[in-house]
Amino acid sequence: MRLTLVGVSHRQAPVELRERVAVDAAGATALARELADGCEAVVLSTCNRTELYLASGGPSDHLDERASGTLLALAGADGAALAPVLYRLGDDSAALHLFRVAAGLDSLVPGEGEILGQVRDAFEGGSTGPLLDRLFRQALHAGRRARVETAIGESPASVPAAAAALAQQVFGDLAGRRILLVGAGKMSELTARNLRSRGAVIEAVANRTEAHGEELAARVESRSVGLDEIPALLATADVVVTSTSAPGFVIDPETASAALRGRRGRPLLFVDLAVPRDVDPALATIDGCFVYDVDDLEAVVEASLAGRRVEAVRAEQLVAVEAERFREWQASLSVVPAIASLRAHAEEIRSGELAKAEGRLGRLPESERKLVESVTSQIVAKILHLPTVRMKEAAAGAEGVVYADVVRHLFGLEEEEQS
Amino acid sequence: MAELLVWPALLAYGEAAVAYAGSLRGTGASARLGIWGVRIGWLAQTALLIAQALDSDGFPWGTWAGALNLFVWLVVGAYLIWGCTPRYRLLGLAVMPLAVALLVAAWAGGGTGVSSRDTAGWLLALHVGLMLAGFAGLTLAAGLAGLYLWQERRLKQRDTSVLRLRVPPLDSLDRLSARTALISLGVLSAGIVVGLGSFDQGDFDVPMAVTLAIWAVYTVGLLLRREKGLRGRRFAVLLLAGFALVAIVLPLTHFAS
Repeated sequence: MRLTLVGVSHRQAPVELRERVAVDAAGATALARELADGCEAVVLSTCNRTELYLASGGPSDHLDERASGTLLALAGADGAALAPVLYRLGDDSAALHLFRVAAGLDSLVPGEGEILGQVRDAFEGGSTGPLLDRLFRQALHAGRRARVETAIGESPASVPAAAAALAQQVFGDLAGRRILLVGAGKMSELTARNLRSRGAVIEAVANRTEAHGEELAARVESRSVGLDEIPALLATADVVVTSTSAPGFVIDPETASAALRGRRGRPLLFVDLAVPRDVDPALATIDGCFVYDVDDLEAVVEASLAGRRVEAVRAEQLVAVEAERFREWQASLSVVPAIASLRAHAEEIRSGELAKAEGRLGRLPESERKLVESVTSQIVAKILHLPTVRMKEAAAGAEGVVYADVVRHLFGLEEEEQS
Repeated sequence: MAELLVWPALLAYGEAAVAYAGSLRGTGASARLGIWGVRIGWLAQTALLIAQALDSDGFPWGTWAGALNLFVWLVVGAYLIWGCTPRYRLLGLAVMPLAVALLVAAWAGGGTGVSSRDTAGWLLALHVGLMLAGFAGLTLAAGLAGLYLWQERRLKQRDTSVLRLRVPPLDSLDRLSARTALISLGVLSAGIVVGLGSFDQGDFDVPMAVTLAIWAVYTVGLLLRREKGLRGRRFAVLLLAGFALVAIVLPLTHFAS
């Protein structure tokens, strides 16, 4: 069977081209059905890539042309610009590529977690047969292994995610933790959303401009308050995210000290996303206070990404092992017909000889007849076991086809198939 | 033959210590290897203790080396119950090398043999067992407190590797160390009460005084936590100060008296 991949990704094509060929989940399913005319087809479409995976048993099928033509047709007037950036991969290369994609090794941020789910969705929406079914199952397995056996997906890759991860390092489970937003900046909102996705509650949005504060408060399901309420809110908040455009410190030790006394030792994390900074770094010297400014967070992200790159090397090794296993399986397909013929031939001989001896066996009790059946079947199975294993092993190398031909010749399987 | 069980226990604990050290650079696989080392080693040591108990006429851990053997088993047992997960691998890295060193010392002192003829009564055996269990728990609480202080320092200093080399959250470490100290204090209190049963006025000595001081330090610490909100760094420091006394009283119990 032959496997073909034609696709376009963020590595070669700008977003203007990628968006021309992007399809949603329903579109991908429909497109896979349309392509699967006499072959297997899966369409993987994300914001970073659109890839068509096709597989067929016949070498005469023009899978490349069919897939390329489909993508160029999707691009419409931009087809001429798309053609040079399309990539075409076959068999081993296509499989390795999909395994790398599933492991997040081909993503913008190495190890990002969403892609594995997107590969699963594409697989479930595809029109799969034996080859693509095996390919995608093994790709999902490779993706999971990469995430479980390496730390490629563990560290945050953005400032908001780093802020949320730091909050988890202090408080553990963020469910029910209270967040105070000071300022209504974009980064502050992104951080708030990240914290909310982990169960935290936005207690209030404190902003100098009331209208902006109310807008953000509505978006994060909170309430808007004035900056003068900050000292009181510090007594109950767990995380304070600041992003005002104030020229000086909005929160200093004097502002915070009274509130901190009422906290009974509970820790307080300040995430200062503003430049110039909103939180006086001297607060970090107070017991239980942790202060991170935007430079600190970027340094954490950079260290995380460096860690991901190190882990990516290990993930590449895992993926290569999985790709090799798939290659061996795919190669074994070339000897499967010969093995099936050999087993059918042996079974034919066994049952024929038993039929010839029917006259003598007929006098045996039923239990003994069954015993004879069982023993002869076991003899055949044991004789054929080693040749079967050896043929599958040989199939992983170049000599698999030769072995299959030799078996056909030795046992006269070709003549049987022809007759 | 049963005394040979000390070797699989030592080997498994040693493997756990090495695996935990390896997990600092590697992934969860090393930490899992460490956990299996702890489990297998603890089972081997449990079998050794059972063999010692069956072969003894009385309390087989009455000597300092025997007590050390039992103490190691209790510390590792407490670690197994409270902290034996990949996230607590740093605690394992602190506990397991210590367990190996102490078990080697117990073996060298003859505390892992199975032919003890110690005939201590059951009351004394219960007293020693409870005291050792209490101290083992306090050792684990100190380990958690140490981990808290280390992680707090990293967060205060804004260490960029804080999300790469992850340990349990500060809040969890704080709560877990307090809970461990509370349970250990309960066990220690029970041990003291049992010990009072065979106490004569003239018996009062330095180890007893230090034991009472330990009990007082932990009791005051836990009361302050409950009433005044003593937590975080200050509570961790108090636990370590209490442990410094434990580290003194254990040797005193067996060498000075």
